[in-house]
Amino acid sequence: MSTAAEHPTYNYKVVRQFAIMTVVWGIVGMAVGVLIASQLVWPALNFDTAWLTYGRLRPLHTNAVIFAFGGCALFATSYYVVQRTSQTRLISDKLAAFTFWGWQLVILLAAITLPLGITSAKEYAELEWPIDLLITVVWVAYAIVFLGTVKMRKTSHIYVGNWFYMAFIITVAVLHIVNSAALPVSLTKSYSVYPGAVDAMVQWWYGHNAVGFFLTAGFLGMMYYFVPKQAERPIYSYRLSVVHFWALIATYMWAGGHHLHYTALPDFAQTLGMVMSLILLAPSWGGMINGMMTLSGAWHKLRTDPVLRFLVVSLSFYGMSTFEGPMMSIKTVNALSHYTDWTIGHVHAGALGWVAMISIGAVYHMIPRLYGKAQMASVSLINTHFWLATIGTVLYICAMWVNGILQGLMWRAVNEDGTLTYSFVEALEASHPGFFVRALGGAFFLLGMVLMAYNVYQTVRKDSKAPAADASAQAA
Amino acid sequence: MSAFWSAWVWAITLAVILGCTWLLLATRKGEQYKETTEETVGHAFDGIEEYDNPLPGWWFQMFIGTVIFGIVYLGLYGLANVKGFYGWSSVGQYEEEMAHAEEVYKPVFAKYAAMSIEDLQGQPEGLKMGQRMFANNCSLCHGTTGTGAHGFPNLTDNDWLYGGSHDAIKQTIAAGRTGAMPPWGAVLGEEGVRDVTSYVMSLSGKEHDAEGAARGQQQFQALCTACHGQNGEGLQALGAPNLTDDVWLYGSSFEKVSHTIRVGRNGVMPAHKDLLSDDKIHLITAYVVSLSDK
Repeated sequence: MSTAAEHPTYNYKVVRQFAIMTVVWGIVGMAVGVLIASQLVWPALNFDTAWLTYGRLRPLHTNAVIFAFGGCALFATSYYVVQRTSQTRLISDKLAAFTFWGWQLVILLAAITLPLGITSAKEYAELEWPIDLLITVVWVAYAIVFLGTVKMRKTSHIYVGNWFYMAFIITVAVLHIVNSAALPVSLTKSYSVYPGAVDAMVQWWYGHNAVGFFLTAGFLGMMYYFVPKQAERPIYSYRLSVVHFWALIATYMWAGGHHLHYTALPDFAQTLGMVMSLILLAPSWGGMINGMMTLSGAWHKLRTDPVLRFLVVSLSFYGMSTFEGPMMSIKTVNALSHYTDWTIGHVHAGALGWVAMISIGAVYHMIPRLYGKAQMASVSLINTHFWLATIGTVLYICAMWVNGILQGLMWRAVNEDGTLTYSFVEALEASHPGFFVRALGGAFFLLGMVLMAYNVYQTVRKDSKAPAADASAQAA
Repeated sequence: MSAFWSAWVWAITLAVILGCTWLLLATRKGEQYKETTEETVGHAFDGIEEYDNPLPGWWFQMFIGTVIFGIVYLGLYGLANVKGFYGWSSVGQYEEEMAHAEEVYKPVFAKYAAMSIEDLQGQPEGLKMGQRMFANNCSLCHGTTGTGAHGFPNLTDNDWLYGGSHDAIKQTIAAGRTGAMPPWGAVLGEEGVRDVTSYVMSLSGKEHDAEGAARGQQQFQALCTACHGQNGEGLQALGAPNLTDDVWLYGSSFEKVSHTIRVGRNGVMPAHKDLLSDDKIHLITAYVVSLSDK
């Protein structure tokens, strides 16, 4: 009941476009990540070329993986899920096509301007004001298509996955517009309208909610469709969905202050950031429980279904990093972890382990259905990809834990006379092996993505050998 | 913060925390089943159904636990205008820790503060402390071994821009220095810049164009001697380098020297007296002296 042929009324074209670009941008974004990770091991890899330097490529990497790879995955899955769970076609094919081409243009402009050093210098919001305006237009179009389609649904209720997608779309619009408010001085330069500590607070209110709504709520929407669908089991608890949805979106809003512990931010805002981050633990775990418990009665499927493995392992990493986050927001823990590689490891536990793995699982689920196939061209390649991704993520996180704690301890170590035991460069030298393991982990993950691209190509090309879907027997 | 905004912060904070708690309790109260069930809530989306399972007990307790912790923590540490029960503030914590450090470490430094820079040269422990502070405060520009870099003086060659006396070195570290070589390109013209460059090269006995140097000497006498002296021997009071010793802060090639003359140079040694105590600067001075005192 799920093949393209059976649902001529759904707009699968835009879903296919976004799904393919998810894989393409995933490879690009992660390749840049592996390059800059390697530059930290072998600094000569910037080839003394301005646009290849770490400072210019790092924002390109973060923008490419979050907004290009993650963004395309969210567009693809949200358009797929909203049509199927609302049993209606997207309200406007033209507007949907506009969001695809508009979003690709944003990515292209980012890929040109960031290496040129054109930046607003706000983390995860580096793009300059003309691109910000384009993002706003595309995003409003996205909201119209998605919310309009939900409104036209042929089901009595709105499916829980769509609550999360809606929260993600609406909140990201608010975050983007407020944080990007700036005074342009030229076509390529602008200054934030907020002064000093206020700017820092607005930036991290945005920054942490980019994690909370873009990388969490959006992907929870994905989880709520693809986990039960792939496991062929009902969602564990509707009540849990209700509580953790509202609690998650209410408390996430407040957590940004924990990025500014022991800074010029007023003490109470730091305290509040920490308290809300701790309260956020249970709402975050609600999604993990609902996903994991949905598998009860279907655990045996993990033995044969590598797509389900991606989804389940992504939930494990989600649970781990949403436990780690509140712990790191505690002031005394943060005093050790802040500014170290631990933070980078935490982000990648979420970005590789959760966001990328669930997106990969969702794309493997969708591709055969979007192209009228029974399954991917090679299931064993999915399995290989799964192990590469898992090992890569574990190598990455462990290297950063070791480095982070090492750096935190070395920076604070003092001699009997109160002088610092280590100079900064000594801590950097000690981090070198960890940098290597991190680059290796990233390379594993990237290699998996390349296998995925090959597998997707073999599935979707014209004379593909992947078995065609049997409309009557297929029930996924 | 005004009373209104303080009340506002409290109001929305409690509204969110208590609102979540209410939702949690209300949902739990309304549960149809207290045990795991196979009953669904009755709707299906693209074939996906939803069980009417109760909230997991341990999860419910964890949620309540974090809420209680949060409210207690706000009471202890304060929110908006309301001081917490502990009376904590980050400035207070900083001052407390600094006072503690002062108490513990002051005597260690006081011992060396009483010694002269000369005497400290025979104190390996004291010099080691100076070296550690140098590594963390000075090495970024002057290098971990003090040998300098382009635009940052070498501290090991016993050549001093502002004087090598102990007092002068200490003054440099404490109050900083600003060196300004003005640009002469507009005054001299390109020809003049090349001539003066040739002359300056000749002062340190480097290969040069003798004719140009002769012409350049005239202009040097007119424009450069006020700072660099009649014979290019420099003036430490101004930080004007000696041009006759073949020590070059910004490079010794014809291109580099002519660039210096054409567009000028600005060197800044930042002041450290607000960052480091007198006793610490004393030990760093002793260490810097030891670098060239061999």
